[in-house]
Amino acid sequence: MKVDQLEPSMLRRTADSLYWLSRYVERADYLARILEAAERLSSLPKAELEVGTNEWESALLTAGCLDAFREKYDVANALTVTEFLAYSNENSYSIRRCLETARANARAVRTALTAEMWDVINGAWLELQDLRPGTLVPGQSSRFLDWVKDICLRVDGSGHRTMLRRDSYWFARLGIYAERADNTARILDVKYHVLLPKASQVGGGLDYAQWAAILRAVSALNSYHWVYRESVKPWLVADLLILNEQMPRSLVACYGQIVANLDNLATAYGRVGDSQRQARNVYLHLENNSVDQIFQSGLHEFLTEFIASNNRVCQAIVEQYLI
Amino acid sequence: MAFDEMRNGSGEVRPTYAKIADWLKTVSANDLERRRYEAELFYRRGGITFAVYGDEQGGERIIPYDIVPRILSRPEWNKLSRGLEQRVRAINLYLADIYGRQDILRAGLIPEELIWRNATFRPEMAGLRVPHNIYVHIAGIDVVRVDGDDFYVLEDNTRTPSGVSYMLGGREISIRLMPELYATHGVAPIENYPNELLATLRSVAPQQSSSDPTVALLTPGPFNSAYYEHSFLADRMGVELVEGRDLFVQDAVVYMRMTQGPKRVDVIYRRVDDDFIDPLTFRSDTMLGVPGLFEAYVAGNVTLANAVGTGISDDKVIYAYMPQIVKFYLGEEPILKNVPTWRCREAEHLAYVLDHLEELVVKEAHGSGGYGMLVGPQASSSEIEEFRARLKAMPAAYIAQPTLSLSTCPTFVDQGIAPRHVDLRPFVLSGADGVRIVPGGLTRVALREGSLVVNSSQGGGTKDTWIVDF
Repeated sequence: MKVDQLEPSMLRRTADSLYWLSRYVERADYLARILEAAERLSSLPKAELEVGTNEWESALLTAGCLDAFREKYDVANALTVTEFLAYSNENSYSIRRCLETARANARAVRTALTAEMWDVINGAWLELQDLRPGTLVPGQSSRFLDWVKDICLRVDGSGHRTMLRRDSYWFARLGIYAERADNTARILDVKYHVLLPKASQVGGGLDYAQWAAILRAVSALNSYHWVYRESVKPWLVADLLILNEQMPRSLVACYGQIVANLDNLATAYGRVGDSQRQARNVYLHLENNSVDQIFQSGLHEFLTEFIASNNRVCQAIVEQYLI
Repeated sequence: MAFDEMRNGSGEVRPTYAKIADWLKTVSANDLERRRYEAELFYRRGGITFAVYGDEQGGERIIPYDIVPRILSRPEWNKLSRGLEQRVRAINLYLADIYGRQDILRAGLIPEELIWRNATFRPEMAGLRVPHNIYVHIAGIDVVRVDGDDFYVLEDNTRTPSGVSYMLGGREISIRLMPELYATHGVAPIENYPNELLATLRSVAPQQSSSDPTVALLTPGPFNSAYYEHSFLADRMGVELVEGRDLFVQDAVVYMRMTQGPKRVDVIYRRVDDDFIDPLTFRSDTMLGVPGLFEAYVAGNVTLANAVGTGISDDKVIYAYMPQIVKFYLGEEPILKNVPTWRCREAEHLAYVLDHLEELVVKEAHGSGGYGMLVGPQASSSEIEEFRARLKAMPAAYIAQPTLSLSTCPTFVDQGIAPRHVDLRPFVLSGADGVRIVPGGLTRVALREGSLVVNSSQGGGTKDTWIVDF
């Protein structure tokens, strides 16, 4: 009797939904981290902050939705920004909407998810139904943000533990790393001016707080100390988040994963395409770089170029497999 | 007084329900409430939901589940099952005839205009041969009891009947939440339904397709009320759940858009209505279907299950002729009874109906889902007058039937355990290799006291149905 092998192919729409499901969950996690960092930074003494900096505006900038925010609100403060980035129905990239979109994608491809993954995503969605604007008062948002991070961990973990290692898994993983690379680059870019060496006051308490907040936002503060065993220095923060292969959120680590998952697809489908070639180029460019080179040619320019290349890789994935 | 499936006329418990009755004596209302709550949680967490059309806040709702199972004895089931097989065999022969030689029309058994003027008749199907002459691969036949002897067919659902996921979900809950009761009954298993469905679908693949035909389930998408069921069945069968945009037709062959490239599809279990499957042949104002699908079907390159045009067999006017249809094609007496039906298009029938509106159930001839019907004995006088006007204006759009006193089963409601009216939808699968019926079906229960409307869209619930040896 013939035993059917699982064919190494799936519906393009299903692959598309898995990819976006992962991206939206990853983005929800990132938004939660940005909000936590903003909360922490905004509590620093105001006098020491540079004139014109507003941590809440900076959070919106990092999330890429400052313009959309300004259409709805006049002032960026803890209340308005948390509402906009966490709970708002009107912001299609709020945490709530990200989780709702993730669940809509999950429902569209239930047959491709394991029961464990569905349970986490659908359970989160059910809990969100009880969340009304105004139910959360300042001071309670940290509990909500912890809950969000926990959901994201569980989606990630249940996928990792239960999905078959075949194309569906690789598409889901690609979504995670494509989004994460973009997020890490953005958070660095918004803060890049703090990372630039300044003649006067390197090592001041305020700088330390800024750098630490960036590290904390990508859960890397402890890792930093283990890797470098010295006080927080801006070029080392950049090194950790861009070039350190051990750091799971660094650009190079994300690209290592993107290349590996695309290679798995190419092997299973027996064909290498544009996405594989482009991703490998981005990866090699990162691997052969150094912090000195990056700072010399300009950190901001480097990050802008990286975000653009990452978008091109994502577009290649979409065209090759998803539409 | 309705027939009570648990107790006889003098209030004694029937042998089939002895263990249920004992069990009901030992469990407290709190315990039942807890189990009911857990059943609800099982549905919620599983996303086992349906959408009610036109319901504003709606979105997704769960179907109420009654945890007291309904029992049918093996001999009762055997008789019902033979009747179902007979009825569906006759329906398939009738459809082959209507879209073929039309012997039954020439014999004068059914007035021709009932076919030609019927919107569910598809002239595009005339003269077309479908694989193994099977039109209705999946049928959901709604039956009710009014006494201990007979089953009456209320409706033949031969287009895209739904509900089987609730039948299977209900069984899952019985096993999880009432293990002590389930284990003592020796209940006939139904969990193999998806396997039987897949075997049925594979058996009707086009002759020229490979020995390993590719099956897909076509859904209108996540906004359809039965979407959960579509994804559930696709998952349990291990076939792709596709939407129209996932398919395309090239040179009269249907393909799925796969990550690795196009893949040929041989059999489509479609849960999209005839009107929407192909904008080039049927309604053009829709994105649900696949342009060219009907052309591929006519070319014999893909099998659609159910076939196109099966609505001409579950129309409520045609229903009235089912006993003659069974006799005409099989030369047998129908095992299942038909409910006497007045066809309001006929003058004497209409006159009778208008005189007896208070006692009758009036239904739209082409409606479904319990919408647009009048239950005479429960209607207000203004509702009755409204229907009288409608009947006079468009008599052909209605049929009427006596109000059947549907049987009742013990049901857990606010007041405790009380009898509520039920029906049963068993699912009949017809393939090239015969008819398959898993023992049981979806029991629907009208949860409101006295109500006879069991549709989930109208406040009905479901029960697990146990076929047990006695």
